[in-house]
Amino acid sequence: MESVNDWQARLEDTTLDPARKTTRNYYAFLFFLLAVTGWGVYAYSLQVRRGLVVTGMSDRISWGLYITMFVFFIGISHAGTLISAILRVSHAGWRTPVTRMAEFITAVALITGAFFVIVDLGRPDRLINVLVFGRWQSPIVWDVLAVTTYLTASVVYLYLPMVPDLAFFRDRQAPWVSRPKHMLYRILAINWRGTSDQKRHLRRAISIMMILIIPIAVSVHTVVSWIFAMTLREAWNSTIFGFFFVAGAIFSGIATLIVVMAILRRVYHLEEYITPRHFLYLGYLMAAMGGVMIYANLSEYITAGFKFEEGTEFLFRQLFIDEFAPYFWFYFIGGLMTPVVFMFIRRLRTIGGIVTAAVFVDLGMWVERYFIVVTGLRAPLLPYEPVNYAPTWVEWSITAGGFAFFALLITLFVKAFPIMAVWEMTEERREEFEEMVEYEHEFDGEEILASGVPDSAPEPETGGPP
Amino acid sequence: MNRSSRSLSETIRAVGPLWLAVMSSALLAAAAGIRGLPGLLLITIGVGTAVAVFARLRNRQTSQTVVAHDATGGNLQVLLRMIDRRTAIRMFGMSALFIGPMGGVPRALELLAGQQVPEETQSPFSRIRQWAMIIDLRYCDGCQSVGSPPRCTAACVEGHLLPEPMQWIEVFEDELEGEGTRFIPIPCQHCQNPPCVNVCPVGATFSTPEGLVLIDQERCIGCRICMAACPYDRRFFNWGEPPVPPEAHLAKYNLEAQVPALKGTVMKCDFCPDMVRAGTLPYCIQACPNQAIYYGDLEEDIATNGRQLVSMAAFSAEHNAFILKEELGTQPRVFYIPGHGEAVGRVPSRTGRLPTVWPWTRTAPGGDVWSR
Ligand code: SF4
Ligand code: SF4
Ligand code: SF4
Repeated sequence: MESVNDWQARLEDTTLDPARKTTRNYYAFLFFLLAVTGWGVYAYSLQVRRGLVVTGMSDRISWGLYITMFVFFIGISHAGTLISAILRVSHAGWRTPVTRMAEFITAVALITGAFFVIVDLGRPDRLINVLVFGRWQSPIVWDVLAVTTYLTASVVYLYLPMVPDLAFFRDRQAPWVSRPKHMLYRILAINWRGTSDQKRHLRRAISIMMILIIPIAVSVHTVVSWIFAMTLREAWNSTIFGFFFVAGAIFSGIATLIVVMAILRRVYHLEEYITPRHFLYLGYLMAAMGGVMIYANLSEYITAGFKFEEGTEFLFRQLFIDEFAPYFWFYFIGGLMTPVVFMFIRRLRTIGGIVTAAVFVDLGMWVERYFIVVTGLRAPLLPYEPVNYAPTWVEWSITAGGFAFFALLITLFVKAFPIMAVWEMTEERREEFEEMVEYEHEFDGEEILASGVPDSAPEPETGGPP
Repeated sequence: MNRSSRSLSETIRAVGPLWLAVMSSALLAAAAGIRGLPGLLLITIGVGTAVAVFARLRNRQTSQTVVAHDATGGNLQVLLRMIDRRTAIRMFGMSALFIGPMGGVPRALELLAGQQVPEETQSPFSRIRQWAMIIDLRYCDGCQSVGSPPRCTAACVEGHLLPEPMQWIEVFEDELEGEGTRFIPIPCQHCQNPPCVNVCPVGATFSTPEGLVLIDQERCIGCRICMAACPYDRRFFNWGEPPVPPEAHLAKYNLEAQVPALKGTVMKCDFCPDMVRAGTLPYCIQACPNQAIYYGDLEEDIATNGRQLVSMAAFSAEHNAFILKEELGTQPRVFYIPGHGEAVGRVPSRTGRLPTVWPWTRTAPGGDVWSR
């Protein structure tokens, strides 16, 4: 059997690989992302100069794609919290290889999401007013507070478990990286030597953070939903909104994690560490959240539809039959049912199937965020004809820029930082190995005592390891 | 006693007095109306000393060890020693995490600047007016009889130099129960429980003591959550560069008139407090050919449409006045007397009104136009 040290060396090599080798495709992809982001920045500069008149929004539908993107990305950010905090708390050992990616998605998605609030402002130049004149009574201020707290916490939570790996980069990269990069690792590794004292402190810090970050994450998406639920609009007037948004956030967070995982696995040959089992478990989690979402939707629409108050007819008609029906049914069937159905059918329970379902979930959740924002605003408040909203090319460009920016940050991160928690994975492997050795010894002893046949396999029926 | 519960009780014992000191000084300062930093510091020192003395007395009786360790130290040291370094760091770390990103900044800035809340505007007659409107729908025919677009809207547009397509007072045509329609002019309702004010993150929309809801366009950040929140669709956004006539550029910005308009901010009917202070009625009321709109003071219980004076209470009670969307609890300051223009000879089956136009914008070239 392969010793732990060999195993560790191979893992280290795999983790270092992205930072060591840069392919031509990588540059091409990077260039593509930069171009799209740049295009978005150009569109935004136009919007700053001319005002929001360049968008499709109007007084009667005063929020659109930007707020959709904000809600969507803040939702995506729940990937990290779920995987690393909740699974860490529940001691789910399989999560270790994917935590780093999840945590990074969190931080990047938050940055992207927060950015879209600023894009949506009519007066971004007065952003500072929120700090100077902030009123605690306003849901927007809750949001600012929650998102910045979450960002701080998740950057810390990303960074802490990465310290030993940064130290490893520092020690291993010296010969071939440039000086500034080496400096960066030196500073970031804050003199990590891997002493038992340091390890103890780190463990404590991580366990404090993992508890702390769960309520923060829940609060974040709750207050995001309250931006809507705190208004007197019929479509948003719902007590379930906080829960609904948090569930949706976790749901789309898992889906995004699955997609990112699949891509990195393929590109950087992580097949050994990110196994079908990871996809399977995350797929089950996703299906479970899909079930929760279906339940939440039924609960929301059946309670409203049974009473059928004045105004409900308009909302239901536009959502289920008319303008937004394609979106809604795509969301409901494509986004919510797909992961559940896929996980029930064995033939679809493969990596390909799960990734497909995850893509559907992401699309579905994006569409859901969109129609929640727009249908809520479209319902007329006074006797006038409802107006329609069609995003302009500026909005689409900035939206595309946002997605590209998100991908860009991930692409850059992969190049510069360890994408897997080498340190934790090695430790776990070591423990596992030791346990196995111990167990084997015990077992051997017993076997000898019982039957006197020294080299029989532990479980004769299944054959055992060769 | 196990370790964790001991350290917990220690923490509580250690943090308690300090917490008490800070909280009570803040309370005292607030009660005394002290806003400047010096006052706050003084009180903190005073209360801090008191608590420290108290802590020392208590410690002498209960916790020998603390005092024994502190043979030489003063009150402050006693207090400080009660908090060990770990606890302190943990406390600071935790609080920084929650408050750090932005928490104390605005308060601290205000305290540092010793900023005073501006004196609220008082009415010249030492009583605070409570402005309100009564719109008598029996007299409103959507200006069908004079053959023009609604004149209240037109006058408001002209008076406030509104960009197209803003109609701060908008005349809607509403289906009646049974046959036909009625016209209903709707300005901002000046809610007393205003959803728009409640949600504004920067206090750019605010209520005045006179019961008006105004907007400071020089503070508004353009987040538009107020537009989502207003249940009467009465808020308008400057989506583009609003047209501004040359002479308005010279005017000093005035939030009571909202001239000149500023790109990227929200505007709405302001109830014309500047006009009223000057002793005239708002534009919309002056322009109504049928004198359908009354403006008045709930406090003095009097209102006028420019021709006659009425008692607000009696007039609205007599004619069964109602408010819009009462069930929402927004408590509007605009009351409606039911009708469909019958007093000026309109029959409900005669539908349609002329669309509003913005003729003044021709004098201000270069402004953007957007759609509603
Ligand atoms: S009508 Fe709308 S804008 Fe006017 S005070 Fe009420 S909520 Fe605010
Ligand atoms: S758009 Fe302006 S007035 Fe409205 S809530 Fe935002 S900051 Fe306040
Ligand atoms: S009260 Fe003044 S601002 Fe309001 S609708 Fe009338 S004229 Fe316009």
